[in-house]
Amino acid sequence: MSALHQPSEALSRRERIVLNLYAITGLAVLVLMMLGGIAMRMSQGTWIELPPDVFYQLMTAHGAAMVGIAGLTSSAVMWYFLRKYVSLSPGIFLANYVLFMIGAVLILGSIFVLKFGGGWTFLYPLPVKSNGMWSVHAAAGYMLGLVSIGVGFLLFYLDATLAILRVYGNLGRALGLQWLFGGDIDKSHPATVVASTMVIIANGLGTLCGAVVLVLCLVNAYVPAFELNALLAKNMIYFFGHVFINASIYMGVIAVYELLPRYSGRPWGVSRPFLWAWAASTIMVLIVYPHHLLMDFVMPPWMLVMGQIISYTSGLPVLAVTAYGALTNVHRSGMRWSMPAKLLMLSMFGWAAGVIPAIIDGVIRVNSVMHNTLWVPGHFHFYLILGLWPMLFGFMYHVIRARADEPDSAFDRLGFPAYLVGGLIFAGMLLMAGQASVARRWAVHLPEWVPYAPAASLAAILVVLATVVFAVRIVSGLPKAPNVGTAH
Amino acid sequence: MTTQSLVWNISLIAIAIIAVAFLYVAARSGAAAQYEGVQKKAYGIRRWFFWALVLLGVGTAYATLAEFPIPDQRAPSAGARVVDVVGKQWYWELSANQFTAGVPVEFRVTANDVNHGFGIYDPNGRLVAQVQAMPGFTNRLVHTFTEAGKYRVLCLEYCGLVHHNMITEFEVAAARQGGK
Repeated sequence: MSALHQPSEALSRRERIVLNLYAITGLAVLVLMMLGGIAMRMSQGTWIELPPDVFYQLMTAHGAAMVGIAGLTSSAVMWYFLRKYVSLSPGIFLANYVLFMIGAVLILGSIFVLKFGGGWTFLYPLPVKSNGMWSVHAAAGYMLGLVSIGVGFLLFYLDATLAILRVYGNLGRALGLQWLFGGDIDKSHPATVVASTMVIIANGLGTLCGAVVLVLCLVNAYVPAFELNALLAKNMIYFFGHVFINASIYMGVIAVYELLPRYSGRPWGVSRPFLWAWAASTIMVLIVYPHHLLMDFVMPPWMLVMGQIISYTSGLPVLAVTAYGALTNVHRSGMRWSMPAKLLMLSMFGWAAGVIPAIIDGVIRVNSVMHNTLWVPGHFHFYLILGLWPMLFGFMYHVIRARADEPDSAFDRLGFPAYLVGGLIFAGMLLMAGQASVARRWAVHLPEWVPYAPAASLAAILVVLATVVFAVRIVSGLPKAPNVGTAH
Repeated sequence: MTTQSLVWNISLIAIAIIAVAFLYVAARSGAAAQYEGVQKKAYGIRRWFFWALVLLGVGTAYATLAEFPIPDQRAPSAGARVVDVVGKQWYWELSANQFTAGVPVEFRVTANDVNHGFGIYDPNGRLVAQVQAMPGFTNRLVHTFTEAGKYRVLCLEYCGLVHHNMITEFEVAAARQGGK
C-alpha cells in the first residue's frame, strides 16, 4: 500500500500556487456556469423568463466554459501526477492557465458585450451568418478566445510530449505497446504515463485540428470570398470537440488510477488488458467522431458505419477494463470510504453508466429519432456531472487531506448524497425529455415539453448546492493542504 | 413500442445493472480478503463479460446495419414522391405540404445560409425522422408516413437567435383504400 501523499508529489511554493489557481478557477467557473444552466432550464420550464437572445448567449457561454474548464481542471490532474515520472515545466503549466484566462476574457466579452450567441461549437458558417444578430467582430473575438485556449493546451501537450520522450524514448514505449503481444510487463510502468501519452496523441491532434478550423473560420469572417466546405468544417469541428471533451475524462481518470489504490490498500498496476484498452482507445477516440454526423446523409457511408461501430467498441475499455478494474480493486478490500474514495468510485459509476445512452444514440436507426433531442445533453451531463467532476473533486479532496481515514465533515456527509441524487435526477430528466422528443437548444419550449423542466431544475439546484459545499471545503482546505516530502 | 421507448427501457435496465454492481461491491468492501483470490475470480468473470459484450455488439451491428438505414444518396428512390426542402434563417420552404400515408416521400433537404436540422414530428409530437440541412449539400431523406394527421417540422440544429421559431406544418392524408 502506498502512502496517502508520496514524497514525489510534493509541490514547491510556486507549483502549489499554480495548482491552487487551477483548482479555484475550476470550481468558481463550474458553480457560475451551473447557475447559468439552472437559469436556462428554469426558463424552459417557464419559472423565469429569459429573452431568447440572452438564453442563447448564456447557452454559448455555458457550453464553452464547461468544456473549457473541464479540460483545464483535468489537465491539472495530469500535470500533478505525470510530473512524478517525467520532468514537466511549471512555467508551461502556468502559461496554459494564462492563455486560458485570456481566452476566457475574449469569449465572455464577445458573448456578453458584443452579443455573440452562435453556440459553443461555432458551427460554420453560423458565427459569421447571424442574420444581423451580432457582428463579425463578436464572432471573431469568440473564435480568437478559443484559439488562445487551444494554444495553451498545445503548449502543455508539447511540454508533456518532450518530457515523456526524454524518459521513454518514444510514445509507443510510453503507451506500453511493446507488451501488447507478449513479454514480461514491467508492472511499475505508470498507468499515468500510459493515459497521458494517449491524451497528448489524441488531444494534440484534436486541438490542432480545432485551431486549424478556427483560423480558417477567422479568415472567412473577414474575407467572405474565402468560403469553406460546410461538411469539411463540420467534420473538423466535431473531431476537435469530441476528442477534447473525451481527453478531459482521460486526464481525469488518472486520479482514479493513482488514488483509489491508496484508499483500498491494493495496487492497481498495468496489465495486458489495460495496455490493450489504452492503445485501442487512442485509435478509437480519433475515429469515432462521425457518430456526431450520422444525420449528414451525404457523408461517406463507411464513415457512418464506422461511427456506429466504434461508438460501441469505445465503451468496452470503459466498462470491461477501467470500471471493472476499479470494482475489482475495491471488492472486499477493507476500503476506507472517506470523501476522495467515495467521489472517485462515484466517478467510475458515472462514467460507466453515462456511456450507455451515448452508445445507444450512436446507432444510426436510434440517432434518427434521438439526435439533437435532450437525450444528447442527457448522456453527456450524466458522465460529466457523475463521472468527470467526481474524479476532479476526488482529486482536490485528496490534495487537502492529511490522512486516508480522516473523518468527513457533516457538510461532506450531506453534500455527497445530495450531489449523487441531484445529478441522477437532473441527467435522468434530460434523458426522459429526450425520449419524449424534446429538442435541445431551444430557448422557448413547446407547451407539451414544459413539464420536464421543473423537476430537472430542482435537481440542478441540489447539485449546485452540493457543489458549493465541495467548493467551500476544498478552497478553504487548500492553504492548509499537507505537503509531504521535499519539493523538487 | 416506439424506438424511443425501447431505447429508454434498455438504458434504464443497463444503468440499473451497473448501479447494482457498484452497490454490491461497495456493500462488500469492508471485509478484507486476499487480493489475489479476488482478482483471479474477477478476471475469470471478466473474460465472459468481455465476450458477451462483443457478441452483443456483433449482433446489434448486424441487426441495425444489415439493411443500411440511410437511403442511397446518389440515386432517387423508386416510386417516392419528391419534395424539395430549403432551410433558411428562420423558416422552411417545402415544395409540397400534402402527402398520403403509405406512399414513400423523398425529402431533398438543403439550406441556403447556415446548418439547420429537418426534424419531422408526428401528430402525437413524436420525432419520426430527421436529416441535416446544410449549405452546399442536399441530403435525401426517404420516409413513409403510417399515420394520417398534421405533422410539424422543427429545426433540430441550432441556427441563431430565432431557431426555436423555425417551425412549419404539413398534412398527411389517410392511405388510399386498396393499396398505395
